[in-house]
Amino acid sequence: MSEAISTNKMINISTPLTEDVRKRLKAGDEVLLSGTILTARDAAHKRLCDTLKKGKSLPLKLKDAVIYYCGPTPTRPGRPIGSCGPTTSSRMDSFTPALISLGLGGMIGKGDRSDEIKRAIKRHRCVYFLATGGIGALLSTKVKSSKIILYSDLGPEAVHKLEVKDFPLLVGIDSKGRDLYDKAGRKKE
Amino acid sequence: MREIGVSKIKETVTELCLRANFELRKDILKALKSALKKETSTRAKNILKEIMENAKLAKKKRLAICQDTGLVSIFLEIGNDVAIKGDLEEALHKGVEEAYKKGYLRKSVVDDPLARRNTNTNTPCVIHVDIVKGDRVRISVSPKGFGSENKSAIKMLKPTASVSEIIDFVLEVVRNAGASACPPLVLGVGMGGTFDHAAQLSKKALLRSIETRNAKKHFRSLEKDLLKAVNSLKIGPMGLGGKTTVLGVNIEEFPTHIAGLPVAVSVSCHATRSAEKII
Repeated sequence: MSEAISTNKMINISTPLTEDVRKRLKAGDEVLLSGTILTARDAAHKRLCDTLKKGKSLPLKLKDAVIYYCGPTPTRPGRPIGSCGPTTSSRMDSFTPALISLGLGGMIGKGDRSDEIKRAIKRHRCVYFLATGGIGALLSTKVKSSKIILYSDLGPEAVHKLEVKDFPLLVGIDSKGRDLYDKAGRKKE
Repeated sequence: MREIGVSKIKETVTELCLRANFELRKDILKALKSALKKETSTRAKNILKEIMENAKLAKKKRLAICQDTGLVSIFLEIGNDVAIKGDLEEALHKGVEEAYKKGYLRKSVVDDPLARRNTNTNTPCVIHVDIVKGDRVRISVSPKGFGSENKSAIKMLKPTASVSEIIDFVLEVVRNAGASACPPLVLGVGMGGTFDHAAQLSKKALLRSIETRNAKKHFRSLEKDLLKAVNSLKIGPMGLGGKTTVLGVNIEEFPTHIAGLPVAVSVSCHATRSAEKII
């Protein structure tokens, strides 16, 4: 394995995901994330970007924040959250550069990203993390609390504030733009 | 004539939707266990372990295996000698609605492809009805998430298309699905019929256990050849490389027109979910 891709290093990190922390991560690192993450997917991203296009400021503080592309199932009473695995990140690609330029610290999703996103990640030194898809029940056990903070009319697509402990992630694209999918032989036709 | 009241059908649909969402199919679990033994990459092994641990937890705690609890398709085989009492369609939709309420499952259905208002009930569901011999009703329920669904594809091949052209098309579909459809995948392939029937067959193929093979020899061998070909892509679990890209390939076929060879591929993920009951 090239030195750009690490092997089997479990790293504990927490939010806010400052540049300091982000710089140390390498594509392929296994991390356990603790702290606050915000869920947002297709509809929420569109609304956030529409707000920016209108020249208004966002109702969210994105500096060093972590966005999780996720629409959880409703919460069973007695549990902090329902099933909450990642959704396909590439659907958010068109909305992401604008959010990254506002100082976003990290994004969590599944699948690869466009070259434009990689460039934005490199430019602003943020990180793209991968969560394993389809393990929503398991990931829900890493969430300690959840609260809808924005766009509640979107139901599962609302922005939720999650407090997480030891949320297992892989560094997909690091702040230098190295991409785990490239090393894994992503299609390059 | 044997009479069946729709309330029995509604109850069964609710039971099946819950089961499909909480309990991973036995054939899928078995394939994952076998894949774990074959995998050599640590990362691939870890992902497979997570998937199996998730399935165990979901069944135990009655949590959705995946947060994308899908748009439900219901396949009914109604015996000739069955008389259904009541509004069947309503019972099916209400059965799904009840499951998605009781089971704390996600409401992922919008009322209109353009207006896109969430129906908040996870209905309507998609309904397929076949009339068969006998006096029973077989109900199969299949919640389908759209990470995989979005990667499904169909091609109208020429009637003279070779087996290798068919394999090439399926390879293209799997390559395009990449990591987004949550590999390791399960593929349902529908061949023949018409444009729409091939697609329907590809969905029905997913209902079958991946341990069963097509009844016809030439399709059995095509299932094996396809599985080998797609796994040689080495896309691996979550697209991060490995031996297991596809857990199983099922083909369903139907007679077709002299001028065509429709081939539909339904892409499904490692949480391929379905449950059935005969009443």
